Amino acid sequence: MKFKLTLWKLVFVVIMGLGIYSAYVRYAHGLGAVSNMNDQFPWGIWIGFDVLCGVMLAAGGFIVTGAVHLLNIERLHSIVRPTILTAFLGYCLVIIGLCFDLGRPWFIWHQLIYMNPHSVMFEVGFCVMFYTAVLFFEFLPNVLERFNLKKPLAWVKNIMAVLVVAGILLSTLHQSSLGTLYLIMPSKLHPFWYSPALPFFFFGSAIAVGLAMTIFESTLSSRKFGRQLELPVLIELGGALLVVLWVNALLRAEDLYRRDQLANVFKPSYETYFLWLEVLLAFVIPITLLSFKKVRQSPNGLYLAAVTCLLGFVTNRLNVSVTGFETWVGHHYVPKWTEFMITLSIIAAGFALFGLAVKYLPIFPAEEHTAARQVEAKARPVPVAPVLEHAGD
Amino acid sequence: MSKALLYDATMCIGCKQCEGACAEQNKLPYDDKVAGEAVQSEHKYTVVLTKDDKFMRRLCMHCQHPACASVCPVGAFHKTAEGPVVYDVWKCIGCRYCMVACPFAQPKYEWQSLNPRVRKCIMCPDRLKAGKQTACAEICPTGATKFGERDDLIKEAQERIRQNPSNYIPHIYGLAEVGGTSVLLLSGVPFEQFGYPKSEKIGDVALPEYTMRVLSKIPDFIPLWALVLGGVYWITHRREDVAAAETQDKTHGGAQ
Repeated sequence: MKFKLTLWKLVFVVIMGLGIYSAYVRYAHGLGAVSNMNDQFPWGIWIGFDVLCGVMLAAGGFIVTGAVHLLNIERLHSIVRPTILTAFLGYCLVIIGLCFDLGRPWFIWHQLIYMNPHSVMFEVGFCVMFYTAVLFFEFLPNVLERFNLKKPLAWVKNIMAVLVVAGILLSTLHQSSLGTLYLIMPSKLHPFWYSPALPFFFFGSAIAVGLAMTIFESTLSSRKFGRQLELPVLIELGGALLVVLWVNALLRAEDLYRRDQLANVFKPSYETYFLWLEVLLAFVIPITLLSFKKVRQSPNGLYLAAVTCLLGFVTNRLNVSVTGFETWVGHHYVPKWTEFMITLSIIAAGFALFGLAVKYLPIFPAEEHTAARQVEAKARPVPVAPVLEHAGD
Repeated sequence: MSKALLYDATMCIGCKQCEGACAEQNKLPYDDKVAGEAVQSEHKYTVVLTKDDKFMRRLCMHCQHPACASVCPVGAFHKTAEGPVVYDVWKCIGCRYCMVACPFAQPKYEWQSLNPRVRKCIMCPDRLKAGKQTACAEICPTGATKFGERDDLIKEAQERIRQNPSNYIPHIYGLAEVGGTSVLLLSGVPFEQFGYPKSEKIGDVALPEYTMRVLSKIPDFIPLWALVLGGVYWITHRREDVAAAETQDKTHGGAQ
């Protein structure tokens, strides 16, 4: 155990070291020196992964707060705080990622004064900015409780309803708008991925990934931080995920059919392979896994389904942002190693910050209503994990 | 009213004087090495391409409804009344959405710079304001690049095709493509041989339309969705309050 920990720390230090070197290259020698982006490929993995996937992976925040605070599903309460933490960190890291990608990041505030309401990017930027603020306030109780600041805590709890509604509204807008970004390029993006329904697909995949990410993060937390696995909650999320995946898959198939692309799906081509990789990881494997009750109710089965689903939708967004343009451009884009290192460092920083937050803030001893848990225990055949070691409130 | 350029590839002799004049106008380096570069870049806004004995110019098309201007989050691009699509560098944050969105791949980037700018032909807006024609049109020795009113140039292009149908493919590129452009092209060989996107591929719809179809719904969507979400919140929490009040009543009643 001890050795394993130091190994992970070593990996972390190596990644961060190379990341810092890459950051130096980025700011001392420019985008051309640090990346393989060029005039034909102006957007690389920093947009394709750091932004498009980053925002998607942080979608759990609005879905779980929505389920708990809006739909009042009390039995999910215990996962609200870790999901908000994930989302808040996710959005902060997206903004940090943007500061590497933007050519002139020091002018990022221009968004606030030179507004172009016709630009989808403007809408996304504004929503991301406001939603990060919302997440900050949703996250704030962790810090306030830690330092026992009762009064500001009461203030934040007073505006929680507004925060939750605003958070879902902003998320609906910008999660879908990330897809709208690509609507203006019907001639450039490959027909497998260009669709007038892109905003819906981006929103739909955000919901699936939000659920999968919550399962992923809860499972990892239970393994790394000795937290009890809340299997009944995860089983419920897994069930929801299965439904959401089916809806996503059927809509995608219907869209391909309506745009006469279904026949091309079976013609071997560069794009076909990537489409199938995406379909396999995002739909076929997780749907198959989750369809078996035995798998759906086992921690490992859920974890495996969640991970393949995450990989699948990450592939999807990289297909939209990279693969789908390669034929139009006429050559391939492969990120430079320094480009990878920046992205990896951002991911590593995310894991480390999550670990630190869990260590120093009351993320896990979440308040949970015993009544709700008793109902839960009766309804579910699976033994409920005792969550409340520190029954504070 | 709106100015435009008509480039007739059949009249071009490939002298590349337009390249040199463009470089001079925009204070860019131009020597034999740059002249030999057959691609546009951050230091070469226009290029004369050669294929066998045919020539073709490439430059920003100055769309009537430019995608670059529509996508820019800070509005760093705009179409002027005179026709040019111009760039305000001080607004630019460097997101490069313009480059991704442009159907003709015209905006280029200063990838090596620490304070990079987007570079493209801006159709000499200062010269136009002073009543002059663009540098490339002025220097062209054969009249292959001609400056004028867009409407007049369209008529002239139609006339040229009519009088010499065997010389031209019967199509004015830029007349309708992506909603029309302020650069019009005539050629004897298909435009896609020189990297222009096929007309049927890019279509006649002004590209900002595609985004506006979605964006225009947002002002209606926001209050509606907010109302639904607020309503759901109110209902679910009201139910909870009622249930709490009822149980309290019951326990109260039972105790008494």
